[in-house]
Amino acid sequence: MAEAASTPRRWTQRSVAPWLFLAPGLLMFGVYVLWPIVESVTLSFYDWDGLYNKDGEFTGRFVGMGNYSELMTDPAFETSLWNNLKWLVLYMLALPIGLFIAIFLNQTVRGIRLYKSLFFFPFVISQVVVGLIFAWFYAPNFGLLYLLTENAFGQGTAILADPDLVTYGIIAAGLWPQIAYVMILYLTGLNNVAPDQIEAARLDGAKGWRMLWYVVLPQLRPATFIAVIVTVIGALRSFDLVSIMTNGGPFGSSRVLSYYMFEMALGEYGFRMGYGAAIAVVLFLIMMVFISGFIWKMWRDEKER
Amino acid sequence: MVHKLTGAVALGAALMLSTSAFAQDKRVVTWNADYDPIPLAAAEALIADFEAANPEIDVVLTNFDHEAYKNAIRNFLTADPPDLANWYAANRMRPFVEAGLFADISDVWANNGLMDSLASSVLSSTIDGKQYAVPYTYYQWGIYYNRDAYKAAGVDVPGPEGVTWDQFLANCEKFKAANIDCVTTGSSALWPVAGIFDYVSMRTNGYQFHSDLAAGKVSWTSPEVAAVFDNLGKLQPYVTANHAAIDWQDAAALLVQGKAANYVMGNFAVGVFKEGGMTNDNLGFMVFPEITAGIARAEEAPTDTIHLTSGAKNPEDAKTFLAYVASAEAQSKWNAAVGQLPTNKNATVDPADPFLTAGFQALSTATGGIAQFWDRDADAEYAKVGMEGFQQFLVQPEQRDAILERLEAARTRLYPQ
Repeated sequence: MAEAASTPRRWTQRSVAPWLFLAPGLLMFGVYVLWPIVESVTLSFYDWDGLYNKDGEFTGRFVGMGNYSELMTDPAFETSLWNNLKWLVLYMLALPIGLFIAIFLNQTVRGIRLYKSLFFFPFVISQVVVGLIFAWFYAPNFGLLYLLTENAFGQGTAILADPDLVTYGIIAAGLWPQIAYVMILYLTGLNNVAPDQIEAARLDGAKGWRMLWYVVLPQLRPATFIAVIVTVIGALRSFDLVSIMTNGGPFGSSRVLSYYMFEMALGEYGFRMGYGAAIAVVLFLIMMVFISGFIWKMWRDEKER
Repeated sequence: MVHKLTGAVALGAALMLSTSAFAQDKRVVTWNADYDPIPLAAAEALIADFEAANPEIDVVLTNFDHEAYKNAIRNFLTADPPDLANWYAANRMRPFVEAGLFADISDVWANNGLMDSLASSVLSSTIDGKQYAVPYTYYQWGIYYNRDAYKAAGVDVPGPEGVTWDQFLANCEKFKAANIDCVTTGSSALWPVAGIFDYVSMRTNGYQFHSDLAAGKVSWTSPEVAAVFDNLGKLQPYVTANHAAIDWQDAAALLVQGKAANYVMGNFAVGVFKEGGMTNDNLGFMVFPEITAGIARAEEAPTDTIHLTSGAKNPEDAKTFLAYVASAEAQSKWNAAVGQLPTNKNATVDPADPFLTAGFQALSTATGGIAQFWDRDADAEYAKVGMEGFQQFLVQPEQRDAILERLEAARTRLYPQ
């Protein structure tokens, strides 16, 4: 009797306790992540200017896939998508450059800490400040780059006014802090590289590129994994630099999806909530491709252990 | 919150000053606004004058940050409507009128003879035959020029009547030779290019055609629009290069430094020019040159307005206040303090300010009509597509056909035929 009664109770406690501990997190996740996702997806099927009437009733109109079919033919959406792709590809430059700087700084010289912190500095300052600094750097008439190109070629290049160069100009600004971020990830990774393996490899005659490729990099895999994740996410959510440096201009040529979404939903000439939500859903799906990939890989690694 | 507090403090001070008042007996009118410090002080003075004349009414102003207001108004009109709210005339107020959030105040217009005294603003305050706004201030647009730049390039300084279009373009050629930008603008925020487009459009085809264009009623492939872009194309080579990457204030610096000669701008820029060191001696104002001979001259004058909300708790007293705001006396005082133009034709402007005098003159003789500026005359989304097109044309004139095609596609999508 006693045994039969105690078994289900023990079972209950064991299964309930983790849920109790998870509850606050799940609640937050549900309210601040899952629910907004559902809301956004729902909203993307409506045409709504963000206003309720005076009785507090929703004034939106159901349009089904209307917003999505409009996206298909929207040249601004196409530009944003291409720009996002440029961001993704070029942002990956942060990995090799960050690794190079990390290896370069991974030595014991007098004052190396100072150099390290100087290289890390751009990551510490706000993206807004980075954007402003680069906007001034590129500015026509008084910007340093403009004056340099004017001296060199007789004709100044105003990168932010040139529809073909503007996105690259902003990506360059974004890479500056991103490289620092990747560098710090690799620096910590380099601390954990086993010295005995380096020693052994050296005895076997490995050096230079072969040492880097076959001995050091495999040990840096966890750092590389994290660096890829933060760089991909950093590239996809690029918003602040576009907003600070160009407002998506000139004539919309530097828009990315996240900025276009903001423009359509909340910008001065926007307030098309449904259309903005549809852009957000597309961005979300693109991100999901990468995020599921990462989660799947982490899951696999956990299982292997 | 800080603004809110200053409002409350000022109000408290006003209450203490009017000794006869019993605070608890007063009927409250709430008013949400988005004023910078100078207009805020003017509005507080206006309230004080009104309360002195109507001791039983207490007007409570809540001031918002200008940028934050654009979002805030969308919330407070439904969640917690004040009696009165600031906004803008013409198409800018249309979404709120159509959602039933702004109340019809045709009676205020009819009972106070505003149809006559605010004649220039009737169109922009009216939607479907009813008035929804009380306009209390506007400012003129036109060409501000640097007399020193004209002298440096050896070009005759224009008189108050301005110059002809051919003369203007010929001047531009001389400025180009002297390495001075004939027309400057800073279009990183897009809207400054709309000023240039609006004027070229209104001078080429007149007010009505321009207004129809902004309303999506005429095609971008029409010969009239082609003529507008022909004229814009004549101006294009003389506009500051790289204007797409600079703010309007940076372009103002070019004018101040004499690196540019003319600037198509609104009168609010005078403050910036003067802060940069210009004076009434070297800063000039003229109306935009006539292009097609014989077309009645139209001008741009964006109007600021106050609206009665549908959720107002005290609409009667709010209307009394609106009638006061519309009066010549109140408008003369408010606009004198702020340096803008009253919309009431019986109001007065400071004769010592040459720009206000010239603007008042230009607007009161504009028989063609008063436009509200592209982004207020056109629907918001249409306005944005348009401004991107104008900006692109002034950077890449060779893309003209592609731009017009895109604008026409946007028009047929937004205004199904």
